[in-house]
This record gives sequence, C-alpha cells and structure tokens, in this order.
Amino acid sequence: MAGDAWIIGASMTKFGRYPDKDSIDLASEAALDALEDAGATIQDIQILAAGSLMEASNMLGQRLQKQIGQTGIPVYNVANACATGATAVRTGIMAIKAGEADMALAVGVEQMGKMGLLGSAGQARSAPKGYEPSGRYGSVMPVEGILGTQLMPGVFAQAGMDYASRHDGVGFEQFAKVAEKNHAHSSLNPLAQYRKIFSLDEVMGAAMVAYPNTLLMCCPTGDGAASVVLCSDAKLKTLDPDVRRRAVKISASVLTSDPYVESDTAQPDVSTLTKQAAAAAYEQSGVSPQDLDLVELHDCFATAELIHYENLQLCEPGGAGDFIDRRGPWRDGAIPVNVSGGLISKGHPIGATGVANLYEVTTHLRGEAGDRQIEGARVGLTHVIGLGSACGVHVLERVAS
Amino acid sequence: MSEASARRIPVVDYLVLEGDPHLVARACTSCGALFFDRRNACARCGQREFAPQALATTGTLRSFTIVHRAAPNVPVPYVSSVIELDGGGVVKANIVDAGSDAEKFELGMPVRLTTFVCGHDEEGTEAVAFGFTPV
Repeated sequence: MAGDAWIIGASMTKFGRYPDKDSIDLASEAALDALEDAGATIQDIQILAAGSLMEASNMLGQRLQKQIGQTGIPVYNVANACATGATAVRTGIMAIKAGEADMALAVGVEQMGKMGLLGSAGQARSAPKGYEPSGRYGSVMPVEGILGTQLMPGVFAQAGMDYASRHDGVGFEQFAKVAEKNHAHSSLNPLAQYRKIFSLDEVMGAAMVAYPNTLLMCCPTGDGAASVVLCSDAKLKTLDPDVRRRAVKISASVLTSDPYVESDTAQPDVSTLTKQAAAAAYEQSGVSPQDLDLVELHDCFATAELIHYENLQLCEPGGAGDFIDRRGPWRDGAIPVNVSGGLISKGHPIGATGVANLYEVTTHLRGEAGDRQIEGARVGLTHVIGLGSACGVHVLERVAS
Repeated sequence: MSEASARRIPVVDYLVLEGDPHLVARACTSCGALFFDRRNACARCGQREFAPQALATTGTLRSFTIVHRAAPNVPVPYVSSVIELDGGGVVKANIVDAGSDAEKFELGMPVRLTTFVCGHDEEGTEAVAFGFTPV
C-alpha cells in the first residue's frame, strides 16, 4: 500500500445565497481555485470525486468536467447525506492509497436556496378518500407531528436532551452557549454566510424552533462549494518546494456507519458511530485529543455540537456541559472548536460542508487563516455526520515533507 | 355516528387497538432485538426469523423536544419524545395532555401509553395514533 495522502490545494467559495449561479458554477469556482492553489492543472488529476446530496444522481462530476477539463479520468459521483463532502475526499484518498492515482481532485457542492426545514413531509390539507396502510410501517398517513418529529431541528434536539438526561449540568443554557460561541467565531471569517455576534440572552431569546434549539442555534440553508487537491507521498516529492512547504498531511481518514443500538427504532444514534470514528482516527494517526490545536465538527444544531465534545473525546466523559461552561471550545480555550463559525454561522451547503472543514483546518495549519488564525496550529481534526447515518473524521497535520 | 359504530384503523400497523391498546414489535427469534417495521433479516445478528411480541404500555421519558416550527399543516406546539418501554422497546411518539411547558417534562419520568384520533377519511373511518402521558 502507498504511504500517506496529502492536501496540496484547498479552496472554498464564500457560503451564502447565489441565486444567479448553479451548482456547476460554484463547483467549478472551488475546483479551479484549488487546482491553482496546488500549482496543478486538470491534466495532472487522475481521479475526480464529486459530492452533492441533490446533484450526485445527475452526473455532477461529468458536468463539472465540461467546465474545467474533460480528460477521460474516472469520476465518482458521491452522496452520503451530510457526510457527502468528506466521503468524496475519502474516495480520492482511497484511490491514492490503493496506488491507482497519485493526484486526485475532490469537490463538494450544494445549492439549497431557501429550502426551509429538512427531514420530513407535512400533513395533507384535507381528508383522504379512504385509509390504506402502506409502507414498511403499514401507516395510513404521514406521521410527522403525530408520532413525534423527524425534522432535523427536533431530531438533534432529542439527541442533545438524551445526553442531558444522562449527565448533570447540561441544559438549555449550555446548548445556547455553543451557538453564542460559533456566532462570535464567524465574525472573523470572511467566508462565513453570517458574521454577526449575538449575546447569550439573544440566542436563548430567539424564536424557538424545537426546544432547546432556537433559530440562532440551527444552521441555515445556503449555497456554496469547496474543493481539495490530494496527492501521494511519491508525487509530493516531485513537486515545487513551495507546494511541499504548504502541504498538509492526512494522518487519518475514517468513515463509519451506525452499528446496531436498541434506540435505532426511535431515531438514528449520532453518538456511537462518531465515537467509533474518533477512536479509529486517533489510533490511525497516533494523535491524541490533547494534541489537537483546532477541531471543525458537525454543529448542524447547537445540541449536536455539545454531545460531540464527548463523542470526539474533547472533554471528560459526562463533561460536555462543564467544557462549554469553562469556555474550553472557544478560540482561546483548551481545544478551539469551529473557529470558522461552524455550520451554525459559516453555513451548511450540505455537499460542501465536509470539504470546507478540511479547507478550514488546512488553512490554519498553513498559517494562512488571517484574522481567525489559531497561532502555531500544527494538528487539527474534522468531523461530519450525515443522519441515517454516515460519519467522516479526518486528522490533518503540518509536518515537514 | 355513535362511538361504538365508528370504524377505526391504527395509524401504523404496530399499534394494536383491540383490548388494551398496545404496541407490538417484530422480535428476532435469535437475539431478541425488536423492530417496528418489516425486516428481512435482523440488524443486530443477521438471522431471519421474527415473531410478534407485545410490548409494555408503561415506560420512561428518555428525551423530548417541543416543536414550534413544523412541517406544513402540522399544528404547533407539540411535544415529541423518545420513550423507553418497560421490558424493552424504544419508540418515538408525542407526549399528549401535558401542555408544552419545558419545565413540566422531567427526563426519566414515568409515562403510560394512550391513544387519540389523529384524522378521518371521507368514509368516516377514524385513524387512531398512540402517544404517552405522564403517570
């Protein structure tokens, strides 16, 4: 097997609303910029992995090639819920590790517009003609709102409250503090969809979406793309000194799905597969949680970020509430978490997210993050989770190449 | 139409309305794992045989959320919960007849299954759902 894989180019568009562009425009922008960042051209690339939850079934990668160069290389169109972007990157890493390619391009993109709440259809306006049981549960109507909620804000609220039920010192205020932090962090990130600072009172007093998640504790929908260029050890040795100097090593790349747990019958368990992915990533990389200079984790909702402190071993077991209370995940804390602003304020164009967090960590490790730079950052971790579920964790390191 | 003559149908097939209303799971005959939907093989052990198993109507509140912004035509607010049934089975359902004040819901509190009418079709058949009330 080949040695390590490296990130030699990284880019993301500013996240936000692009009504005048389409997914292909956004993906092209990110891909061309990442290639330029790597000092490479499309002619150097031997595999393309293109991630988009809504466009992957529509030959996104091949349509992208028509904008950036049709070279006949293999293309993988990837969808894996909110882990789509990380899965695309990992597809490129696997090709390099398998020795099939020495340079790969991964792109993640989503154009969501203002889709509103995701996760479930509503109820019919009028009575149906006659009830007929259908589907795997023999249901006679959509059950959203009748047998609980499957909408994302509520599902992740329940994941957070499940943690609160088992640990003291976790409640509405601790969850709200997560969002207070991420909004504050985003004020330093010019690529974030929103950059406004809110007080804890404003976060807690915002319109309630699904208790304890208020509107300011939920990620927005939005548009954007991100891209990375990957290469092998052997290839890296042949590249310009300036490319080598800025190269970031991928010390671990892990993808998990949810193992069976009893509560799967109620809703997916976002913790077990994250714990397993983190443990595998620490083992693969030889990095321990205390070594991390920054973490970009999947804060689709404030309740989710809090439980991932424990799932990723950033705090003691049961200590997630205490960790946020003592400002551990703030940019000047013990382990800075989501210094980009996270999904909550940087934004969450689904397919782009798992590539954009690699861009963020790479930029810090290169010392190029401007106002939001974590000084002297050498090691970082990225995490995404797609409900259903898929969890991607990567560990990145700055090392002499 | 009197109550007795109204036709009723459970909103999902794992709710049994006859006698004391209760939930019935498909239990793996090999490892005992419980499922509410039709399964081809057990997600826990891979074996292929299942037998129906009636579940308890009492349990505890493991988690909840109070939904204020919902899907189209779903009245708000309502309380969604995850309930751990006594003796096995974890299920998602609404907490009913208990208001929507977060302070009233204590994690770990005991609850009991109840049923309510959640709709009717043009022929007058009532769809009946289950929920839980604090004991």
